Amino acid sequence: MTTIGFLLPIALLLGLGGLAAFLWTMRSGQYDDLDGAAQRILTDEEDGPES
Amino acid sequence: MATLAPSNLDLFTAEAAPGERRIDLHVPAIHCAGCIRKVEGAVRSLPGITKARVNFTTRRLTAEWADGSLDPGAILAAVEAAGFEARPFAPADVAAQGSDPASRRLIKAMAVAGFAAMNIMLLSVSVWSGADGATRDLFHLISAAIALPTIAYSGMPFFSSAWGALRQGRTNMDVPISIGLVLATALSLYETFTRGHEAWFDAAVMLLFFLLLGRVADSLMRDRARAGVAALLKQSAPGALVRAPSGDTEWRPIESVAPGMTVLVAAGERVPVDGLVLEGGSAIDRSLVTGESLPEAVGPGGQLLAGTLNLDGPLAMKATAVGEASFLAQVVRLMEDAEQGRARYTRIADRAARLYAPVVHLAALFTAIGWLIAGAGLYQALVTAIAVLIITCPCALGLAVPAVQVRAASVLMKRGLLVKDGSALERLAECDTLIFDKTGTLTLGRPTPVGVLPLSDADLALAAGLAAKSRHPLSRALLAAARAQGITPTPLAEVTEHPGLGLEAQVNGERLRLGRPDWAGADAADTHLLALAFRKGGQPAVLIPFEDPLRPDAAAAIARLKRDGFEIRILSGDREAPVRHAAQALGIAHWDAGLAPADKLAAIEALKAEGHKVLVVGDGLNDAPMLAGGHASIAPSSASDAGQTAADMLFLNDSLMAVPQAVETARRADSHVRQNFVMAIGYNILAVPIAMAGFATPLIAAVAMSLSSLIVVGNALRLKAPK
Repeated sequence: MTTIGFLLPIALLLGLGGLAAFLWTMRSGQYDDLDGAAQRILTDEEDGPES
Repeated sequence: MATLAPSNLDLFTAEAAPGERRIDLHVPAIHCAGCIRKVEGAVRSLPGITKARVNFTTRRLTAEWADGSLDPGAILAAVEAAGFEARPFAPADVAAQGSDPASRRLIKAMAVAGFAAMNIMLLSVSVWSGADGATRDLFHLISAAIALPTIAYSGMPFFSSAWGALRQGRTNMDVPISIGLVLATALSLYETFTRGHEAWFDAAVMLLFFLLLGRVADSLMRDRARAGVAALLKQSAPGALVRAPSGDTEWRPIESVAPGMTVLVAAGERVPVDGLVLEGGSAIDRSLVTGESLPEAVGPGGQLLAGTLNLDGPLAMKATAVGEASFLAQVVRLMEDAEQGRARYTRIADRAARLYAPVVHLAALFTAIGWLIAGAGLYQALVTAIAVLIITCPCALGLAVPAVQVRAASVLMKRGLLVKDGSALERLAECDTLIFDKTGTLTLGRPTPVGVLPLSDADLALAAGLAAKSRHPLSRALLAAARAQGITPTPLAEVTEHPGLGLEAQVNGERLRLGRPDWAGADAADTHLLALAFRKGGQPAVLIPFEDPLRPDAAAAIARLKRDGFEIRILSGDREAPVRHAAQALGIAHWDAGLAPADKLAAIEALKAEGHKVLVVGDGLNDAPMLAGGHASIAPSSASDAGQTAADMLFLNDSLMAVPQAVETARRADSHVRQNFVMAIGYNILAVPIAMAGFATPLIAAVAMSLSSLIVVGNALRLKAPK
C-alpha cells in the first residue's frame, strides 16, 4: 500500500499540470482563431503566435 | 464605404498599451492562407507598426502602432492596396466582444470541474471496488480536499443565479441545483469526518461538470451570434462634415453637431442628422428609414431624415434636430418601450423548474418523514432524503434545453441564419401570426433592372464600363446585371462623374453618357426616378428602368408559411400601390400601407391583445419598434442597424426561405426539448423510488447521471438542418 503514497500525488500533480496548461492556452488566446491556425501551417515563413 | 475622412478614423482607434494605439478592421474577403499573409505583410511593412494579426475566424485584422508614428488611414489604405476591402470596427463593439468574460469564466469553471471530476472518480472507483478502513477514509479526505474548492469556484455561476432568483422571490433551475450541491457536499463532509461508508463528492462534482457543459455551449452560441451581428453592422459614420460660416469644413463627431449648423452630404453617403436642404438637389433613398420604395427628389427647403441615403448630388443641409429630438431617437424610445414586454417572457427551463423544484423538495421531505415513522434513526432518515435530492438533481434537465438549442442554432447557421439567443427559438416556436414589412423584407430593398436589358452586348459592355466608375446604387445594379449576363465591362480611361447627373466618357470620338434620363437625352415623358439612360454618340438614348424586386422564393416561402398555419399580414410604410402589388403577387389578403413606426407598433399591440403571438419580419429603422415589440422577430442582414439590434434572428442570404426554415426548426427544437423533458422525468420516476427506498449509492448516482445526460444530448443531436 505504500505505493499509493507516491502514486496518488503523482496522479494529482499530472492532472493539475494538465489543468494549468489548459488555462494557460486559453489565457494566451490559442482558441481565439482556430480556423486561422489551420490555414497558417500552409505558409512557409516563420510565424510566431504573437509577432 | 470609402468616403471616410481620414481624421474620422481616429474615432475608431483605442489605446492598446501606454503609448500604443490599436485599430480593428473587418476584412470580409480573407479566405485563405495567402490572404492572411498578404494582408499581414502589407500592414507590417508600414513604419511604426508593432503588431498586425489577422483573426481568420472573425475575418478581423488587429493592428497596433506606436502612438503618433502613423495615421490609421495608412493602414486602411495598405489593406485596400493589397486588394481587400476593409472597414473599421467601432471601439465600443471591440470592447463588447474582444474576450467575453462570461464565456471565459464558464470555460474555466468547466475545466476545473472536469479535472476534479476525473480525479475524484479515480478515487471513488477504488472505494467502490472494495477499499475500506483507513484507505477509504484517506480517499474520502483527498476527495474532499479536491471537491470543496472546486464546488466553491465552479459552482459560483449557479449559486449566484439561484441567490438572485430567491431574493426576488422566484425560483429557477439553479435553485434545486444549488440546494442539491450544498446538501451533497455537507453530507459527504459529515461522512468523511465520521468515517462513514459513502461520500457523494464524485456525484456533486460530476453534476457540476455536466451542467457547466450545457452552460458553456449556450454561452459560446451567443458569442458566435454576437460576433456575426457585429460584423454585419454597417459603419454608420458617427460624425458629420460641418461647414463653418467662414467656408472651412471640419469633421465633427455627431454629438457635437448642434441644430443650425451647416452639414455637407456627398453623393452616396447617408444623411447624418435630421435637417433641411440649403443648397443642391438630389434624390433621396428613404427605403431603410421609412419603407418608402421610390427615391424622392429634394431641392432647397426639402426635409431630410438621418439615415437616408443621398443618391445623386452633393447637398448642403441645415441640421434641425439632433440627438434626443431626432427621428432616430423617437424610434429608439418606441423600441425601448416595446422591448419591456419581451423581458417578461419566462424561459421553458425556468417554467419547468417552477414545477420541478417543489415536487423534488416535497419528495425528499416525505422520505425523511417516512423513514422516521418507520422507526429509522434521524441520521438514516436524513441521509436517505439527501440521496433523493442528489439523484433527482436536474443533470439531464439542465442539459435538456441548451443541448437542443445549441444544436438548432448551429444547423440554422449552416443555412445562413444567426440566432441571437436560445429564448428566441422558444418564442419563435410559439408564434401563430406573421407580420411582414414590404420594402427590404419581402423585396430585396435594392434596385434591379426590369426584364431584359435593352442594350446590345457591345453597348452594355460600354455602359457597364461607365457604371464601374460610380458608387451610385443604380450604376452598381447595372454593373451587377451586366456581369450576371457574362459581359465584361469595357475598361474606360477618362470617365467624368457629374454629380446628380451621371457619367460621361469619350470613346473612339463618340461621347458616351449614362445617367439621369433627361440629362442623357431620353424622352422627358419617360422620366422616372428609378431609371438610367444610356446614350452613345448621336444615337437615341436608351432608357433602362429599375425596380425593387421581390426576394427570390418569396412566393414559395409565403406558401410554405401558410401551410405551417400562419396568418400572414403586411404592414408597410410605403405607398398603397406598391404594397397592394406585392400583396397580390404573394397572395396575402391582409395588408396596410403608409404606416408610421408608432402605427405599426399599435397594430402589433392590437394583435397581441387578441391573444396572438406575433412573429415580425422587417428591416427598416421604422420597423425597429415593431421588431422589438413582436413575440419574436427576424431581420435580413441588409437591415438598418436599429433593425438588426432589435431582431432575434438575422438571415444572411437573399432568399426568404430562411423564414419558414427558422420557424420549422424552432418548432422541431421545441418538440425535442419536450421529448428531453419527458425522458428526464422518466429517469426520475425510475430513480426516485430507488432513492426513497434507501438503495441509492454513489455508484448508482454516477451511472444514472451520466446515462441520462448522454441520452438527452444524443436526442438533441438528432435535430437535422431544415430543407
